Amino acid sequence: MTEKYVGKRVKRTEDPRLIRGLAHYVDDISLPNTLHVAFVRSYYAHAKINSIDTSAALAAPGVVAVYTGKDVADKVGPVPCAGALPDLKVPDHRVLAKDKVYFVGHPVVAIVAKNRYAAQDAVDLVVVDYEELPVVTDVEAAAAGGPVIHDGFSDNIAYRLTSGEGDIDAAFAAAERTVKQRVLHRRLAPIAMEPRGVLARYFPGEEELTIWSSTQIPHLMRTQVALMIGIPENKLRVITPEVGGGFGSKLNVYSEEALLGWISMQLGKPVKWIETRRENIQATIHGRGQVGDVEVAFKNDGTLLGLRYSVFADMGAYHQLLTPAIPTLTGLMLSGAYKIPAIQMNITACFTNKMATDAYRGAGRPEATYIVERALDLVAADLGVDPAEVRRKNFPAADEFPFHTATGLDYDSGDYEAALNKAQHIVDYAALREEQKKARDEGRLIGIGVSTYVEICALGPSQAMPAGGWESATVRIEPTGKVTVLTGASPHGQGQETSFAQIAADELGVNINDVTVIHGDTGVVQYGIGTFGSRATAVGGTAVYVAIQKLKEKAHKIATHMLQADASRVSFEGGKYSREAAVAASATGTSEPVVPVGEAPAGALPEPQTEGKSSLTIQDIALAAHLAKELPPDTEPGLSATYFFEPKNFTFPFGTHICVVEIDRDTGDIKFLRYVAVDDCGKVINPLLVDGQVHGGIVQSIGQAMYEEVVYDEQGQLITGTLMDYAVPRASHVPNFELDRTETPSPVNPLGVKGVGEAGTIGATPAIVGAIVDALAPFGVKHLDMPIKPENVWRIISHG
Amino acid sequence: MKKAINLNVNGVSHTDEVEPRMLLVHYLRDVLDLTGTHVGCETSLCGACTVMLDGQAVKSCTVFAVQADGATVTTIEGLAKNGELHPVQEGFWEKHGLQCGYCTPGMIVTAAQLLDRNPDPSREEICHGLEGNLCRCTGYQHIIEAVQYAAKKAGQR
Repeated sequence: MTEKYVGKRVKRTEDPRLIRGLAHYVDDISLPNTLHVAFVRSYYAHAKINSIDTSAALAAPGVVAVYTGKDVADKVGPVPCAGALPDLKVPDHRVLAKDKVYFVGHPVVAIVAKNRYAAQDAVDLVVVDYEELPVVTDVEAAAAGGPVIHDGFSDNIAYRLTSGEGDIDAAFAAAERTVKQRVLHRRLAPIAMEPRGVLARYFPGEEELTIWSSTQIPHLMRTQVALMIGIPENKLRVITPEVGGGFGSKLNVYSEEALLGWISMQLGKPVKWIETRRENIQATIHGRGQVGDVEVAFKNDGTLLGLRYSVFADMGAYHQLLTPAIPTLTGLMLSGAYKIPAIQMNITACFTNKMATDAYRGAGRPEATYIVERALDLVAADLGVDPAEVRRKNFPAADEFPFHTATGLDYDSGDYEAALNKAQHIVDYAALREEQKKARDEGRLIGIGVSTYVEICALGPSQAMPAGGWESATVRIEPTGKVTVLTGASPHGQGQETSFAQIAADELGVNINDVTVIHGDTGVVQYGIGTFGSRATAVGGTAVYVAIQKLKEKAHKIATHMLQADASRVSFEGGKYSREAAVAASATGTSEPVVPVGEAPAGALPEPQTEGKSSLTIQDIALAAHLAKELPPDTEPGLSATYFFEPKNFTFPFGTHICVVEIDRDTGDIKFLRYVAVDDCGKVINPLLVDGQVHGGIVQSIGQAMYEEVVYDEQGQLITGTLMDYAVPRASHVPNFELDRTETPSPVNPLGVKGVGEAGTIGATPAIVGAIVDALAPFGVKHLDMPIKPENVWRIISHG
Repeated sequence: MKKAINLNVNGVSHTDEVEPRMLLVHYLRDVLDLTGTHVGCETSLCGACTVMLDGQAVKSCTVFAVQADGATVTTIEGLAKNGELHPVQEGFWEKHGLQCGYCTPGMIVTAAQLLDRNPDPSREEICHGLEGNLCRCTGYQHIIEAVQYAAKKAGQR
């Protein structure tokens, strides 16, 4: 196939509406007579609800209805958790708190009013009589005993799990050397720029409910919400209009989505709730939240023998959709990019009086990469060798793939050394180390960090997923020749309207402007899984590709019939089916579609003009397929195909990031001198979009490494409840990135793509922290926990 | 008690009665249906709600509509003239300066004002000028390139 679009820096088709302010996010949709919902949320981290007085709120101007946890307990089912683990404790998670509140931000009362101001006014009129209970915020304290958060459970341990392969005890017994380090992964707030939002409208006559929600998983949400509120799934339509970022935080089913649907059914009117930023930091899932010890066994020559990671994972008060599963993803990736014969992960997952943790960009894998890469730096420091060389020594070679790890995975393809070499070449690594040495002699603090990461993407085979690991696509060519692609992958900034159109346009030989990609509407699109886990292109894009192959099989059959030729003598190239391809192409010149774009006569479609032609465009075939007058016998009319693609394995993108920083001795300020990222995400559909994904991911890593942490005090009060206190990186905080790539196709899918959405958040934190630690090596620093702020650095420099 | 206000938004004059506490962003979005201006934090920190008020880029989530009485307001919807994109809009499209698009209108309005004041900014000046606007998707590099593109393009006109 001639690739006119795939592999090119195609500008996004999404952008014209977005840059002109003409796109529609949930809050931009207004329906007549919409009521607005505001929530009374707990300001205690743990308390018993003695009583709730809603009378003043109900009497307030504009208030239409008020619902408490008791009002809805029997009406709306619990918030679902899809994580299935042996002996997992799953608390009963109701959409509104009933008898107790378990975290600051826990929704207690829903107020429905004629406008958002009136609803918010009434929030202050609700009187909740709370009785404070002992608070558990520290995950290790939660594991150690003390007050039990949930009634009915004997302790705060949600589950314990040990995983891994190889004889870990033998590895440590045989080790010539070991290193051990305690590592913190603090809680992070995903901070999608568009907070969550829900609009629900019920038509009592049709018994149909439509929910517009800012979600990454419209179909999964439809299934779950239908079960929660007891509406037949085929009477519930979920629409995700424009979604203003997700990063995993909208890969969930939230209380508010079900509750708004139910309220609309009670009142027979549209109801809307738009999350405030404070609510977003309180009551949208957090990421990370692990504290653990990593131990590595190795030989004097740097050969790795074993790795053990024993971790306390902070679940928060409840499980959201994937809460308990996230630490298990950490366990899967503990082999990193290395041959490690024995690996053991010991998880102790605990409840605390905080918001639930769940998938945040990378979802358990950044923790693994950070652990392994920090450990490799410690091994290098222990041996007194260059961190890049310890890594190189333990890479599987390019011909060792598929590579089996002691975490039970089979890495699909890779050439880790090629990416390392390329990154080292770009920075001129040897010269850089020389320069660093010279600078140190002059008293300057320059540090170099190296991260050679591998990630698990394209989630994934259904065996490994709670709700199906496939993705769906329908491709159809309309009578006028326009191509419609329906994808179950529901993007929220990734640009699949463009990248999927590139795939379709190339495969069908049409102009990209004639392709429309539709997503995020369960009333229109066949069932799908969603966009997360760097899966949309590798799984959803492949579904588009295979659906097109199916469609072309049929088109070829019709073309053969219409051209009155042997099937073997009709070929497809550049959007045309030709008899005797080489001759026909020159004989017919440029072939116009039978129905020129935008010029279809009103009321009637033209007859296909095929007589005497030696070639037909795919648009000719589409028209003929719909008119159905000239089809081969036993051919179904229409021209569309649906395919549900189920990958046989995950994909494993990888790369090398090298970060160079200089630290100001007087202020502790950390300045980036270079940031080089060489990523290998398999075959690239659109380099422009890949660059954007890498940039964004690295900057979220900069946030994690240097600025961001969700802080609760001992009373469970959220200290970082606004963007004033929770520091998201700004333009002046980021370096000028130098990006490059290697390209190792994945054998898992026919496109050879791997995924790139999370590469930056997975690969970058160890490079940044490694660089800062390296800069401070003259002070004996071997490890620092994130976020590393100028204050920490200044204290080290000033006080040793 | 409602108060009458009169302002010019994107070249059109509007007179409305609003509650004194109504925020300018809600007036633009809910009353005038100009939903391109977004709300991202309600505390003036994210910049998604940035509009031009008498030529100054302001966070419309912390301006009351009544404070804009008599003013001229330009929102993202008013930047393109006669179907032709503003150079900053063009730059964002060319350089992939947006992903989810939620911060984009505020970012573009801020960048437009930045170039009004300083037609040939350095990278540092661009970063400094955009400090009041958060983007969680792009990592800013393509946004910076978009502004550089716009500066060059505007210089050629």
